Amino acid sequence: MANSEYGLLIDYHWCTGCKSCEMACSVEHDIPIGQFGIRVDQFGPWENAPDDWTYFFMPVPTDQCDLCAERTAKGKKPTCVHHCQAACMEYGKIEDLAKKLTDHPKQVLYAL
Amino acid sequence: MTGYEKREGARMSGNSGYRELEHSKPWQYEEGELTVTRSKAWTAPGCHIGCDIKLYTDKDGKLVRVEGDEESPYNHGRLCARCLDIKEVVNSPKRVLHPMIRNREDRGKDKWRQVSWDEALDYTYDNMMEIKEKYGAETFFFTHGTGRDVMQYADRLMYAYGSPNMTGLFSGLSCYVPRIAGMSCTAGSLYIADCSQAWFDRYDNPEYKVPEVMVIWGNNPIVANADGFFGHWVVDLMKRGMKIIVIDPRMTWLAARSELHLRVRPGTDAALALAMINIIVQEDLYDHDFVDRWCYGFDELAERAKDFPVEKVAEICWVPAEKITAAARMIANAKPATLQWGVAIDQTREAMGTGQAVTAIFEITGNIEVPGGLIANTQILDVMGGQWGREFLPEGMDDKRIVGNYQLMKTAMTSCSDDEVIRCLETDQPYKLHGAWLQAHNPLACMSADPKRVLEGMKKLDFIVVVDLFMTPTAMALADVFLPVCTFPERDGLSLICGIQQAGAMNQVCDPGDTKSDMEINLLLGKRFNPECWPWETVQDMFTEVLQDSGYKYDELREVSPVYVPFEYHRHEKGLLRSDGQVGFETPTGRIELWCNIYNMFGLDPLPYFKEPEPGPNSTPEMCEEYPLVLTTGARRWNSFHSEHRQIPRLRAMHPEPVLDIHPDDASKFGVKQGEWVWVENYLGRAKCKVNETFEMPAGIASADHAWWHPEGDPEKLYDVFDLAINNLVPFNPGPSGFGANYKSTLVKVYKVGEDE
Ligand code: SF4
Ligand code: SF4
Ligand code: SF4
Repeated sequence: MANSEYGLLIDYHWCTGCKSCEMACSVEHDIPIGQFGIRVDQFGPWENAPDDWTYFFMPVPTDQCDLCAERTAKGKKPTCVHHCQAACMEYGKIEDLAKKLTDHPKQVLYAL
Repeated sequence: MTGYEKREGARMSGNSGYRELEHSKPWQYEEGELTVTRSKAWTAPGCHIGCDIKLYTDKDGKLVRVEGDEESPYNHGRLCARCLDIKEVVNSPKRVLHPMIRNREDRGKDKWRQVSWDEALDYTYDNMMEIKEKYGAETFFFTHGTGRDVMQYADRLMYAYGSPNMTGLFSGLSCYVPRIAGMSCTAGSLYIADCSQAWFDRYDNPEYKVPEVMVIWGNNPIVANADGFFGHWVVDLMKRGMKIIVIDPRMTWLAARSELHLRVRPGTDAALALAMINIIVQEDLYDHDFVDRWCYGFDELAERAKDFPVEKVAEICWVPAEKITAAARMIANAKPATLQWGVAIDQTREAMGTGQAVTAIFEITGNIEVPGGLIANTQILDVMGGQWGREFLPEGMDDKRIVGNYQLMKTAMTSCSDDEVIRCLETDQPYKLHGAWLQAHNPLACMSADPKRVLEGMKKLDFIVVVDLFMTPTAMALADVFLPVCTFPERDGLSLICGIQQAGAMNQVCDPGDTKSDMEINLLLGKRFNPECWPWETVQDMFTEVLQDSGYKYDELREVSPVYVPFEYHRHEKGLLRSDGQVGFETPTGRIELWCNIYNMFGLDPLPYFKEPEPGPNSTPEMCEEYPLVLTTGARRWNSFHSEHRQIPRLRAMHPEPVLDIHPDDASKFGVKQGEWVWVENYLGRAKCKVNETFEMPAGIASADHAWWHPEGDPEKLYDVFDLAINNLVPFNPGPSGFGANYKSTLVKVYKVGEDE
């Protein structure tokens, strides 16, 4: 397991559901098909009110996420963060990432 | 996105203004135990993008991993799932690893004989020459699929052989070609959305301006990644304040974040665009200065647009009038506004009128050649134009090109009318065809309309070669010779990206075994047909020649790749867009022709126009009783490139079967449920897919996946392609210009697949 000092901040407002994080994680860690180190869930689309839609994606790291320990030890970014097509993922110290949560809504911080 | 330095190319000769990127590391370096090689991702497998990548190999030369190159000004380190999983493609047990020959009478049977390259190439050469000598080179035609990295080499092979006939077996050449041809006729070149892709420092470039509004019309760019346009640039720009208008029947992720979403009925985009033009003219929102100085035929356009009052168009398009008006005003008031359009514009019989109407909106509002607007495409080599090596086509041969009476195609294009090719295969008119070369092309699964017609027509040929990465339904059904190609990490190559062009070096990092690159195969064979046309010893020499204008040799390019073609804004004011060096645009009048002289010359409507798609609820109401649902096809998925990647387990798992996206109300009308296998059927044919009930589709319009087959299926049942290909429902039937066909609009019914089907 990873320590709890570091985490992932995901600005899910911009997550397009491209699943590059899923694939990057799976191939890096050789995770079997059907299991995930991170999985992207879809919400919607549904119409809350005329012309007002809910349609967003939420990436959720699983127990198989080790925060890319091997990569981060070498100073590299986790592979999901590196390849995220919307550039909406950030890796760092939880206390630094937490400060960014108040910048704007629709972010989520995973302590891992 | 910092740290990109601009520096003038340090090469010996060539045009000035080419720019090369400064990298922090050499093109190849060690990282721990592994060797890292900078490269570009390009065919095979196919893609239209060419992202900058780093390939990691171990000491045995095995591909260990791929990463996006974080120093890339193009994709900024990002990759989509397809490249991330490239190792699984390279090592796939399903690949064809040796050349194969099959007796003609065994077509459709899994009875191949493995042969050496020498034997395969000799056999191919002998058979092709026999046809040429007996019947004439024109009776042997060439095809390629999309992918953008193979086409110029296929063209050149054809010219070396001496045939004028290049075809995609694709009704109306309905992907980008209509838009490119249309813009060339009306505005002198192809225009693309300026997302700062010409600059290394991208969005921070002082000359660049973030568009106020981008209109996303008939495509979902974040998934599609079409033609040198990395779709997530749209997201980058939205983060920087850009607003979007989405014109698409589907509620996409982008549509859910748009200022306005116009859920247009498929095939009615021209009416919508003409209504917007009318509003912009009537409300005097157009750019008078730009129109006066640079446009031709404005009054005629304004007159035509009057026939499209917004209330009438609202009924045609199924879009509320207020939304159409709001969109027109928003575009006209934005400085700048830009357009990211897609294949929906081409996939209607009225593609030319539609493309012309859509671009006119941006032309009369002065968004051409301005930062953040629409910019003329620059290029080292026009990979799609069919010009490379054309001087070797023997005189008089072009007169034999199969193009029917489509005069614009005959004059403006170098390829066939694919609809005329199918007719020729069936009727032997104007002459009987005898053979075909298919490269990176799987027409039975993808691209071809009415694939059963293609199969029957092609069966008559004496000799067929397929050049591909995997066994496909097309190769299984038809090939007499299969020449296996390698994947991109297994070869050197030159990536010339459509859109604002760059030249990038693709570097071989692992052993291709007994497979070869498309380029090498064509060089080996091309030399035998015409050594003057293929004078090079190696593919690398050939790439150097392509790069001539830039002054780089291929080896030098490896170091600095990618290099960018010279670029600046407002080129029409500086005499940089016309071949004679005059100001203006490369059209007969030197202006953007809203009333198009070239169309007029060829007997086509010189103005944008709209015609109801057929079949459709307004054009064939009698058909609605049996087939009440409008169907569109071809929405892109994250995990596949058209008919490719179906045999790659990780990618397949992301979207395992073809899907019919359908509104829950429509699903219950047809009595079908989520996850059920159904037939989607129209007057022409049917295809199987799985129901996905979703509010992404509005009631009344459904969307079916394209290009499906089951690589795990029975080869001798052609991998179920005729059960799964949605193009069973699409006829060969192009528009009046020969361009455009209704791939994206038909009428269907839906019913459950029976127990034993
Ligand atoms: S940090 Fe690494 S292990 Fe965790 S989800 Fe991302 S890629 Fe997977
Ligand atoms: S890679 Fe980024 S944008 Fe894509 S699904 Fe994952 S978090 Fe979302
Ligand atoms: S868009 Fe995807 S498949 Fe194409 S080059 Fe980029 S990462 Fe590779």
